[in-house]
Amino acid sequence: MTPSHAAFAAILAKDLRSELRTLQSLPAMALFSVTTFVIFRFGLDRTSLSGSLAAGVLWATLLFAAVLGINRLFVAEREEGGFDAIRLAPIDRSVLFGAKVAALVIYLAALELVAVPIFAIFFLDGAGGLGPLVAVLLLADLGLAATGTLISSMAVNSRARDLLVPLVLLPLVVPLMIAATGATEPLLALGGPSYHRFGTWLMVLGLYDLIFGLVGYAVFDFLLED
Amino acid sequence: MPSPQEKAEPAIAVAGLRRDYGDRPALDGVGFELAAGESLVVLGPNGAGKTTLLRVLATLLRPSGGEVRVLSCSLPDEAWKLRGRIGYLAHEPLLYRDLSGRENLRFQARLHGVERATAEARIEELLRAVGMERRADERVAELSAGMRQRLSICRCVLHQPELLLLDEPDSNLDVEGRELARELIGPGAGTRVVVTHDPERHLPEADQVLRLGIGEAAVVS
Repeated sequence: MTPSHAAFAAILAKDLRSELRTLQSLPAMALFSVTTFVIFRFGLDRTSLSGSLAAGVLWATLLFAAVLGINRLFVAEREEGGFDAIRLAPIDRSVLFGAKVAALVIYLAALELVAVPIFAIFFLDGAGGLGPLVAVLLLADLGLAATGTLISSMAVNSRARDLLVPLVLLPLVVPLMIAATGATEPLLALGGPSYHRFGTWLMVLGLYDLIFGLVGYAVFDFLLED
Repeated sequence: MPSPQEKAEPAIAVAGLRRDYGDRPALDGVGFELAAGESLVVLGPNGAGKTTLLRVLATLLRPSGGEVRVLSCSLPDEAWKLRGRIGYLAHEPLLYRDLSGRENLRFQARLHGVERATAEARIEELLRAVGMERRADERVAELSAGMRQRLSICRCVLHQPELLLLDEPDSNLDVEGRELARELIGPGAGTRVVVTHDPERHLPEADQVLRLGIGEAAVVS
């Protein structure tokens, strides 16, 4: 058997190289988020947001932008025979799950590097809550990536994959979004960040990550079977 | 007392193999044995189940019934033991279009645990063998179908597999490509199962021939 860390690094490097070369996912995700912020700005007719409204706008935008990347996560494997090539290799198939989760976390982090500063420019009066927001983003990204990878691998063989991913994914990430907005809300509160129940929401996010990470690891091998 | 040769287990032993797609049987009652080092040529019309047979032997499809043993591993239970020991040349090249040929081969080498220096030497050797050394840094998407097939042959033999499963190995290859490919996946390459629509080319090098028909019993000769 090929060591898992070597296979993980190979698959992750392959995905990142392909994305850097083709820019099929990241620019679309970033453009979508910026456009959505513009729509919210004019739709809400507000130049400043705070608390739950700010958290809702941020997370709704990031979630729908993430769906664009999740939809394309396994397209190369499906259309170019990568699934077969990986299934023929002497590797633990769960490595593919881990590598795809890592790739998606990197895509989401790159998206947030663009989207969160633009969100702050458009809607926030101060940047005081953005530091601790990094922890929320990281934990939510992990959960979104684990769930998204699982759903994407199931939907990729369907011709209705673009429809199937949001239909199945969005209900599953409701708890994640509740926890993410719950943790974000006090950070973006009017008058500066507070940390009311911040730790509790972070623990909920961590628990969600753990559950979907373990579920993905456990079932991914079966999902790759014919 | 049987000689060691008589006692040796065949490289492939298939008995009563059935594979269904839903209610439709793609393979039914297929059986044959192939000794190590021999070549089996599989013939049959479109839809007879030739590719399905190869995918079952490659562990990519689970058999619906019957017994299948490949390289002393019983399928599907011991499929995991076979990974990395088979070279599978499919209809599709199994190459990523946005990576170059060389990058694809490096990726495959890493998946198969080939040590980096060994992999580099092996990749260069294979690229030279199929006449692709000067085009290996171009994206696969920019290559012709024949060149992709040459790269796919490199991918298939890169990890020096014990068994080659070849689905239409000559497809898209020109005369020169066929001759170059023969060096890597021809009769001297070890145990082979070759699916082909070109019996004139492949029958002379076959130790056994399996004829699959649609709704007919498989015939081994």
